[in-house]
Amino acid sequence: MKKSFELKGTLAAVAVVALAGCSQSEVAVVSTGIESPSEVGGPVVMSRLTEDQYRNIIEDVFGSSVTLGGRFEPDNRVDHLIRVGAGQASVTAAGLEQYDKMARSLADQIVAEENRAQYIACAPADATKPDSACASQVLSRVGELLFRRPLTDTELNEFVTASATATQRVDDFYHGLGLGLAGLLSSPQFLFRHEISEPDPNNPGQMRLDAYSKASRLSFFLWNTAPDPALLAAAENGELHTQAGVQRQVNRMLNSPLLEEGVRAFFTDMLEFDRFDTLAKDATIYPKFTFAAADDAREQTLKTIVDHLIDKNGDYRDLFTTRDTFLTPLLGSMYRVPLLAPDGLPDAWVSYEFDQDDGQAGILTHASFVALHSHPGRSSPTLRGKALREVLMCQIVPDPPGDVDFTDFEDPDHSGPTVRIRLTAHSTEPMCAGCHKITDPMGLALENFDTAGGYRTTENGVPIDTSGELDGAKFADASGLGQVLHDSPAVTNCLVNRVYAYATGRKATKAEEEWLRSSVKDRFAADGYNVPQLLKAIATSEAFYRVVPSEAAMASAQH
Amino acid sequence: MSTVSNLASRRRVLKGVMGGAAVTVGLPFLDCFLNTNGTALAATGKKLPDIYSTWYWGLGLNPGRWEPPTDGPITELGPETKPLEQFKDRINLYSGLKVHLDGRPAITHFTGNMSVLTGTTPRSSAVVTPTIDTLIADHISSTVRYKSLEMTSTGNPKHMYSFRSGGVFQPGEADPSAMYARLFGPEFVDPNAADFTPDPAVMARQSVLSAVRDQRKSLEKSVGAADRARLDEYFTSLRQIEQQVELQLQKPAPLEACTIPGAIGEQPVGTEVEQLTATHKLNAQLAAYALACDQTRVVNLVYNDMTSSLRREGSQMVHHIYTHEEAIDEELGYQPNATFFVTRCMMGLADYLAALDSIREGDKTLLDRILIYGITDTGYAKVHSVENMPQITAGGANGRIKTGIHYAGKGDPTTRVGLTVQQALGLPINSWGTDSMATSKTITEVLA
Repeated sequence: MKKSFELKGTLAAVAVVALAGCSQSEVAVVSTGIESPSEVGGPVVMSRLTEDQYRNIIEDVFGSSVTLGGRFEPDNRVDHLIRVGAGQASVTAAGLEQYDKMARSLADQIVAEENRAQYIACAPADATKPDSACASQVLSRVGELLFRRPLTDTELNEFVTASATATQRVDDFYHGLGLGLAGLLSSPQFLFRHEISEPDPNNPGQMRLDAYSKASRLSFFLWNTAPDPALLAAAENGELHTQAGVQRQVNRMLNSPLLEEGVRAFFTDMLEFDRFDTLAKDATIYPKFTFAAADDAREQTLKTIVDHLIDKNGDYRDLFTTRDTFLTPLLGSMYRVPLLAPDGLPDAWVSYEFDQDDGQAGILTHASFVALHSHPGRSSPTLRGKALREVLMCQIVPDPPGDVDFTDFEDPDHSGPTVRIRLTAHSTEPMCAGCHKITDPMGLALENFDTAGGYRTTENGVPIDTSGELDGAKFADASGLGQVLHDSPAVTNCLVNRVYAYATGRKATKAEEEWLRSSVKDRFAADGYNVPQLLKAIATSEAFYRVVPSEAAMASAQH
Repeated sequence: MSTVSNLASRRRVLKGVMGGAAVTVGLPFLDCFLNTNGTALAATGKKLPDIYSTWYWGLGLNPGRWEPPTDGPITELGPETKPLEQFKDRINLYSGLKVHLDGRPAITHFTGNMSVLTGTTPRSSAVVTPTIDTLIADHISSTVRYKSLEMTSTGNPKHMYSFRSGGVFQPGEADPSAMYARLFGPEFVDPNAADFTPDPAVMARQSVLSAVRDQRKSLEKSVGAADRARLDEYFTSLRQIEQQVELQLQKPAPLEACTIPGAIGEQPVGTEVEQLTATHKLNAQLAAYALACDQTRVVNLVYNDMTSSLRREGSQMVHHIYTHEEAIDEELGYQPNATFFVTRCMMGLADYLAALDSIREGDKTLLDRILIYGITDTGYAKVHSVENMPQITAGGANGRIKTGIHYAGKGDPTTRVGLTVQQALGLPINSWGTDSMATSKTITEVLA
């Protein structure tokens, strides 16, 4: 069970507890911040919490024994990231109704008689009457963790007063307090991460994030959750306004077990794994691809990424060639490799190295990629190629044109046994060829994997030809494609751009893009494409905290 | 027009009796207007409130196969609208209307969809707002428990096409059991219950919601214009929650037609056509019950998504792929497999109409009171056409729409139907749409 912050303790005492748990596997942190010109920075962002962030914060603050019954509005993807979409999302009436329900359910659990000792450090003089002192103590403590900053006096007073009024309605202090807590949990200050800028005294004329906004940006970037008490303390005492303080906190965070959650969250977002929630395959053709199998497929890739990037401090590019992974017996049967359930546990994970002959080549050949980018009943080289271009290389594949004459595709010559034959018309019809030539040759290399991730060498009895080319580099099969991606600068540059957009919650400005291109990508290469080092380089740079208003905001301010 | 609710009046009724004790409140003023069938008394001229639904299906219909052979009164339906035969006197079909591109890209599926829903042809793949349902909801559904309900039958909440201004996406509820719980769970107040006992715990919530509302001023001071619009949307949503709480504290007007359906357990969902049809039937019934019980006056119901992922069990192909890759059967003259799914879409609409028609309100049914606007994304899916976009209305709109009519347009914008729908529901507008999609011409042939 995950330990919650100790709501009954003092901030300082909790900080010690949090720090003590930070030495699981030391990441060799050697990088220092990358210098950035003064124009590099961007606007502040107001982001709605994602579902995962909401869940993580609740677990951090209240522990894993509370249950979170409720539903979330789907997260919106903008510029290929949910993290960026969150910066444009609001809360609909149906969504707020759910937040409100979850909040009241949580609050009921917090104030339940059997849980009070754990969560509530004080007791009212009379449990049937308001007690402002006790309510204030609880609401200010929880409020600080939820709002990621101390509540203002006005805010605290409003929630304490509301709790008192509620208590009077029902003659029950704890019920009133619970409603006050529910109010905090339904507040925009909790549901939105609202960044605040302030003049930078060290750089006259420039703006920076205020200390608590810095703490939040760091924490959601590296841990995908709200700042812990130690980080809030660093914001309060000014540590986050010094380079040494930022270094100290970033080092601490990179060496925390919570880094795994952060890395998982980033790749879940980048690889569009949220789509697993609605992924289904035809149950008659692919009976093994159950919801459990889909969950395992997603987890297989995340485990592989965490193991390679964090535990082994590996090179990001090797994710496209490695045959090392983790499997469950269920996945083993999907990939058609023999895997005995260890100790008779059918759900257990085991580390596994594919043979050269198994056709596997890095995460591209995981079911999480080939199944996610396919139709329910059959594979799709076009969807897979498009995803390779857009997700991994940050390239844009245009939408198909309107008013296409599809007559050519109905030609019996194009209804052959393999998808390569069926797609011939796309690459020969001028209106279609422009896009299909950049997607299909890559996607066809993955045709040894059916829509459910199963390995095959024939389609409708005909041997599958997996040869292809990417930007002039030819390959014979998926492992060749993996090697080409491994060596492609577009792949590593894309990761740098995606990480920065994810970290800031918005698309990079032109100045930031130039800085990423000219400085950060070189540092990434010099650090052996080590991802924790990339996170550190960004998290310790001044650019990451510098506020440069957007052109739209400047124009608006001048009017 | 009157509305069933009158918050101010009821607040006065309740004043002074809410000190925490359980009390029974007398019937509010509206009951004197209603007879036992829930219909309006002729003497008052009052009607039950207007209700509206967008019903959405993906990938259109095959041109030449769905339109009635003649303009005017529908005497015969096309083969693809045959599933609506039972309701041919209760629907209108609009053919020959198109999306005008004004030189903008025809982004497959998206352009047709957005243009019909908003009256504006998009310039890029960015969503255009607001969609017509939200305009209508703001006008006719502001005083009830839910301003609108969104339900999708595909299992994917993102398969919904409702956007409020500011780009706020309203996702669809994909799980009928969750929608049931939302509608008829513990917070449902039965309008026909003999007694009404306001819950002090509900009143206690009001003070806290009010504290949340009070955060608005200080927050809005510190954000830019775009973020302020998003905060406004949050506080609009909060207002709706507050209104729901207020309604829980009031004895609702009895509604004879309102009955509570049997509980719906957790259901499998998916795009296999039989599964999806079953989910859609449940959604259709829930929509009908919700409207009859005045829980909302606007429902957005999706049958299948705009790039239809409908499929048959055991088949590698989905509806969308069939529309592009299936050859036209020379003997039949159309794509047989793609057309199979088209027919299923129309059968889905028939299911919805049947669910509404099964709820009697005096000598009429819910179908007579509602106005349904059937919308799709393409004219001819095989070529992603935005010409001859099929549009359907169903229901009598509380007597304001004549039915059983086929209107054959001649290339006018689709917005003529959207404008007609809005005017029939009392929205005070004379025109709708932008650029070549702008129109001030309703389809007068169907306005009563």
